[in-house]
Formats: sequence, structure tokens, C-alpha cells
Amino acid sequence: MTVTRAEYCVIACAEAWRDNGEVLASPMGLIPALGARLAKRTFSPDLLLTDGEAMLVGLDGTVEGWLPYRQHLTMVTGGRRHVMMGASQIDRFGNQNISCIGDWARPKRQLLGVRGGPVNTLNNPTSYWVPKHSARVFVEKVDMVCGVGYDRAAAAGPSVTRFHRIPRVVSDLGVFDFATPDHAMRLASLHPGVTVEQVQEATGFALHVPDEVPYTREPTSAELDLIRSVIDPEGARRREVDG
Amino acid sequence: MSDKTMSAEEAVGRLESGMTLGIGGWGSRRKPMALVRALLRTSITDLTVVSYGGPDVGLLAATGRIRKLVTAFVTLDSIPLEPHYRAARERGAFELTEVDEAMFMWGLHAAANRLPFLPVRAGLGSDVMRINPGLRTVASPYEDAETFVAMPALRLDAALVHMNRADRLGNGQYLGPDPYFDDLLCEAADAAYVSCERLVDNVGTAEPAKEAAPQTLLLKRSSVTGVIETPNGAHFTSCAPDYGRDEAFQKLYATTPYGQFAERFLGGDEQHYQRAVLDWRKERGQ
Repeated sequence: MTVTRAEYCVIACAEAWRDNGEVLASPMGLIPALGARLAKRTFSPDLLLTDGEAMLVGLDGTVEGWLPYRQHLTMVTGGRRHVMMGASQIDRFGNQNISCIGDWARPKRQLLGVRGGPVNTLNNPTSYWVPKHSARVFVEKVDMVCGVGYDRAAAAGPSVTRFHRIPRVVSDLGVFDFATPDHAMRLASLHPGVTVEQVQEATGFALHVPDEVPYTREPTSAELDLIRSVIDPEGARRREVDG
Repeated sequence: MSDKTMSAEEAVGRLESGMTLGIGGWGSRRKPMALVRALLRTSITDLTVVSYGGPDVGLLAATGRIRKLVTAFVTLDSIPLEPHYRAARERGAFELTEVDEAMFMWGLHAAANRLPFLPVRAGLGSDVMRINPGLRTVASPYEDAETFVAMPALRLDAALVHMNRADRLGNGQYLGPDPYFDDLLCEAADAAYVSCERLVDNVGTAEPAKEAAPQTLLLKRSSVTGVIETPNGAHFTSCAPDYGRDEAFQKLYATTPYGQFAERFLGGDEQHYQRAVLDWRKERGQ
């Protein structure tokens, strides 16, 4: 059976929560949500999940706890959470923007607002999901820093770097991390079927590309079965990522 | 003890142009929409609005009532971007104080506790500092010597919130999954006006409150000024368990030019609005 691009994306997102222990997985976006559920069902059973409102729920929807926004924010600042946020723009050091495009004072395009980007990035691991990798998203410099990247964190001092960590960025083309001497974004793996050139072309800055770039790992047959029959039997993942 | 019940008109009649107004709920969830609609029927303007924004902000922005908005986001949840807010921002219609969700919360805590600020590990390193040049930092006086943002108190002249139940004395109860920050908003305000789905004799003994956990008794009468019974008053936002979000109507709101929407739904009082919504539903064969 051929593994689809969307399914590689689910695997790549799930891997973000490997070995995270007993923390809240907060996926924003469909494929990250599928990834979190896959991780919990397989290699990270201790993860906590919410119903998207204020209840903590098991995989079958059984309520196991209460997490209104107020307590959710304490989970963030207490660090017992790993969020995967979206990004309208992200730069080479992982600065993220979901607020607006253009000059903030008079935006060309108003988006959501900073939301929890500033508090997330300073307190709990924050990964990102970009369903359509392009040079308009992966930019040299974001228009408004919401989620703080490595360069800005370092410049802002020890109270900012203390708990700051961006474990990974997943896109429809590959997986990226910041495991370089200056914490510039690195191509960590390509989804099978994607080339390095393709990624570079769709990235608006010079990406660190190691000599040997691995492919995103294959799903096991059990994982593939879970994705297709249990976690996303309707195939909603195809609406977020083609193929 | 005093009976605090009043009409929505009386409540908004106590507001004035230029006030700082906090609005409860979150995004498109349990917003005091009937009170916002009543506010739209007045000439009150020049407001500083403090809100985890949803269609409350959209409506006030569309009608030019906002001088300054304090928020972390404006969204309709199931529709990520609020169209009227967006349009207003893109034409530079008002000033914006954009802060992080946690900073916003600590600003309310500070105001409710009569503190000038509270320290928060959020904002530093981000452009929240660039766009809010008035924000200051504070150094821990202990050995760690860490630096934090000193989030200033978000003190309010008035707060508008919506509850599932309330009594005449001003005690308010939420029965849904999340209190949001409605109690803090009331405590941070000089005057708080609480609309409710149903007015009951006593929130502690009325059905279904009697069976609900005591923690659902969110608002204390000591921080409530007025109580307004507005059935379906959070419409079209969600008000669980009384009703969910009216997704079809929200979509109509988000895709109709404001003038056209207002002409059909906001031309009269709250009764007119609720009837117009029912008529619209009938037309759609629901």
C-alpha cells in the first residue's frame, strides 16, 4: 500500500510528541490533531488531550479532567504542555507570525492576532505545522513576531531562553529543526517523494541542508491501519494535504 | 437587599462615550450579545474595548464605536477571521493594544486585585514589546534576578458578561464547560452588567442549579451592578448547555455586508432581532 503525503505528515507530527511523558498535547490544525492521537495511541500513551473546549478527554472521548482556559494557561507557564501551532509566516530562527501581514500599524491583511504565541514560546515546547510550504510562509523576516524564535530569545536574555524550545517544524514537504550551531533552521528530513531542491525553492531563506538528508520515517503497518481505520476513517487529512 | 434587575436599555444607558468597557466570553463563546446589540442602539462611541474578541468586537468595529481595542485576538472560532474586525483594522479605524492571551489575563488579575501590574513570562522577545512601547519590565528582587514583563492592570469602567442563570441580587451562574474570565472582568470593573438566559429566585436553590457543583456559582453579587434577563442573549455565539453556536447564522453574519445584515436583523429592539432570526430560519426551512 502506498503511503500518502498526508500520512507522512501525520507521522512527522506524531513524532513531535515522542518521549514527552505526561504532558498536554495541544495540536492546532487537523493533521497535528491526528498526529497527537496517533502518538497517544502508540508510543506516547501518557499524553493528555482536550476536546477543543475545556475538558480533558481520553481517545474515546471519555472525560478525565477539566481544563478551562485559566488552568490551560497555567499548564503553559508550568511547562507541562507541548503545543503545535500554525504559522502564517516563519523565519530561519523560528520566529512565527499569526497576527497580520504588512505593517502592524496599518496591516495589509489582518489575521488572528498574537494569541498565545508569546507565552507559549517562552514557557513550553512549541512546534509548528505548515500545511502548504511556500516562500510566502517561510520568509527571511516575519512581519510581526508572535512566537519567539531562537535569535530573538537569545537577544532578550536568560528569562526568555530559560524554557524556550522549538522542537520541530513540520510542513507538507518535510521536517525542520534548529539543531545547528546558531540555531538556524535545518532540513531534518524530507517526506518521501520530495527533493531538496523543491524545498529550497519553496523557502524564502537559505536553509541549512546537511550532506545527507534522511527521509521522514515510514509508518508501521499498524500505524497506517490506525490512521486509515480508526483515527481518520473519513480521510479528512486529504483536505489539508493533497496526495 | 436591592433588586438589581433592569432592562438592557437601562444597563447600556448607564454607559458613556469614552468609557473603558470589558466584554466577557471568549471568541464566539458566551458573549453578552444582547447587551452589545442594545449598545448598538445607543449613540455611545469612542470606547476602549477590552475583550478576548469575537463578534462583539466585530459589531462594535463595524459601527465605528471603538477608539481603542485591547485584545490578544479576534475570531469567530469556527470561522477563524472576524470579517468586520479585519476590515476595520485594514482601514486603520481604531487604535490597537495587542497583547498575549496570558498577559491579558494577568492584566485582569492585577485590576481585580487592585495592583498596578503583575509580572508575567510572556511578551519579551516578541513584537508585543515593539508595538506597545509603554510596556515596562520588572526584575525579580530575589536571587534568581529574572526579568519579566510588568503587565499593567486592565482596569475597566464597566463590564458586560453573559451567564446561564442569575438572580435578582446579582449572583451569577455558568453551566457550561468554561467560566472564561467573566468573574475577573466583573471584579476588574467599577460596574458590571450581567445578562442571563434565565432569571431565577436564588441561584443556589433553583433548578438545575441545585444539582450543579457549587463552583458553577461564578459571580458574587458584591461585584455585580445590574442583572438583565435576555433569553437567547448570547446568540449567535455558544451558550452551553442552553444552546450551541448558531453556525449557520454565524456564517450568514460573516458573509453578509454589514449594512445589509444590520438592516435585516439590527433595525429594531432585541425582540425584533430574535424574531428576525426565527423568520430567517423559517425561510431556510428549519
